[in-house]
Amino acid sequence: MSIIVDAGGLSCPQPVLMTLNKIKEIKKGKIIIKVDSNTSKENVSRAAQSQGWDIDIQEQETGYQLTIKKE
Amino acid sequence: MKKNYFSTRWGIIGTGCLIGVFAALLQKMGNPANMGICVACFERDIAGAIGIHRASVVQYMRPEIVGFVIGSLIAACIFKEFRSRTGSSPIVRFVLGVFAMIGALIFLGCPWRALLRLAGGDGNAVVGLSGLVFGIWVATLFLKKGYNLGRAQETHSAAGWIMPLIMLGFLVLMFIFPQIQGQGKSVILFYSIKGPGAMHAPLIISLIIGIVIGIIAQQSRFCTMGAFRDLILFKQMHLLSGIIALAVSAFIVNLILDQFHPGFANQPVAHNLYLWNFSGMALSGLAFALAGGCPGRQLFLTGEGDGDAAVFVLGMIAGAAFSHNFGLASSPKGIGHYGAAAVIIGIIVCLAIGFTMRKK
Repeated sequence: MSIIVDAGGLSCPQPVLMTLNKIKEIKKGKIIIKVDSNTSKENVSRAAQSQGWDIDIQEQETGYQLTIKKE
Repeated sequence: MKKNYFSTRWGIIGTGCLIGVFAALLQKMGNPANMGICVACFERDIAGAIGIHRASVVQYMRPEIVGFVIGSLIAACIFKEFRSRTGSSPIVRFVLGVFAMIGALIFLGCPWRALLRLAGGDGNAVVGLSGLVFGIWVATLFLKKGYNLGRAQETHSAAGWIMPLIMLGFLVLMFIFPQIQGQGKSVILFYSIKGPGAMHAPLIISLIIGIVIGIIAQQSRFCTMGAFRDLILFKQMHLLSGIIALAVSAFIVNLILDQFHPGFANQPVAHNLYLWNFSGMALSGLAFALAGGCPGRQLFLTGEGDGDAAVFVLGMIAGAAFSHNFGLASSPKGIGHYGAAAVIIGIIVCLAIGFTMRKK
């Protein structure tokens, strides 16, 4: 089962904080992050990439789903 | 998916440069010295213009503030980022706005003006900025412990238009009741005839510059509080590079225009009480960080439909009224009679918010 971080409705820095906490917890693997604004999408992408995680972004009706991976 | 070039490293640096250059030019064109653009001071002037405080030297409907919101609204509509949302503890945000303003008016400036004061040679700005960083650092401790004002909800599109419409309404009032030379009141709007409120660039220029900054800052997510918060919390330099660009570009333009006067004493619209410059900005920094954005960022957020940011802005305007009506605000002569008490109460209230509003 995928690990899902639901940051919908939360403003910065919460989505980044939640993502980085999860990254710290699992160290590698796959995390799905749900955000609802472009700002959060950009912030989470920047943070995940700075930690060396690959990122894939899908646009959804209510925002974006970011899938980040690290082998 | 479209790439947002404004949110890249060069985008944020460009935004900072633009704000720095425009702020220094606005001073040349009439805005108060070292106050080309100060979000807190200008919202305080707006509070004065509508008469909710009667400090006669700081009353003017600043078009830059209106422009910020309208510019952000334009960008949000063009780039399809307008999203009406609200419901993330609005009353808490109102209170944070009130104390953010009270703290800013003890120091005499928001983080934008702290940078511009620095760029103009005012050494007290270093003390203020240190206070700001300290306040933000305290807030990051709460953030790490789970401080969170809760999720916002999508709401009716019209709800997100309320703040932009309020600002447009202010602008319309200014056209209907324009300044009358030498008079402190134009039917319903107040206009300072002396003091910082009487110093302003031509209306249209201020408005256009405000709109341009609003458009670019909405897209680049420029935030002076976020700059320090992200550095402390995530070791990220992204937003910080924007505010460094602001200070450096304003400094260069100030040098060219002979607006750079280094020193601590007798700086324009400033006092040199170190303790209160530090603690006023610490209170502001704490309140801004707990609310998730500097005063400029909060204005840009209102333009993209964020009702919670709108409540914070209204809190700041109310805070300006409290500051001047209760004798809290500083002047170049020093802090207001009850200014010290207000800072202490503000810090206690913000700490209480930080301690009690967390999700496990």
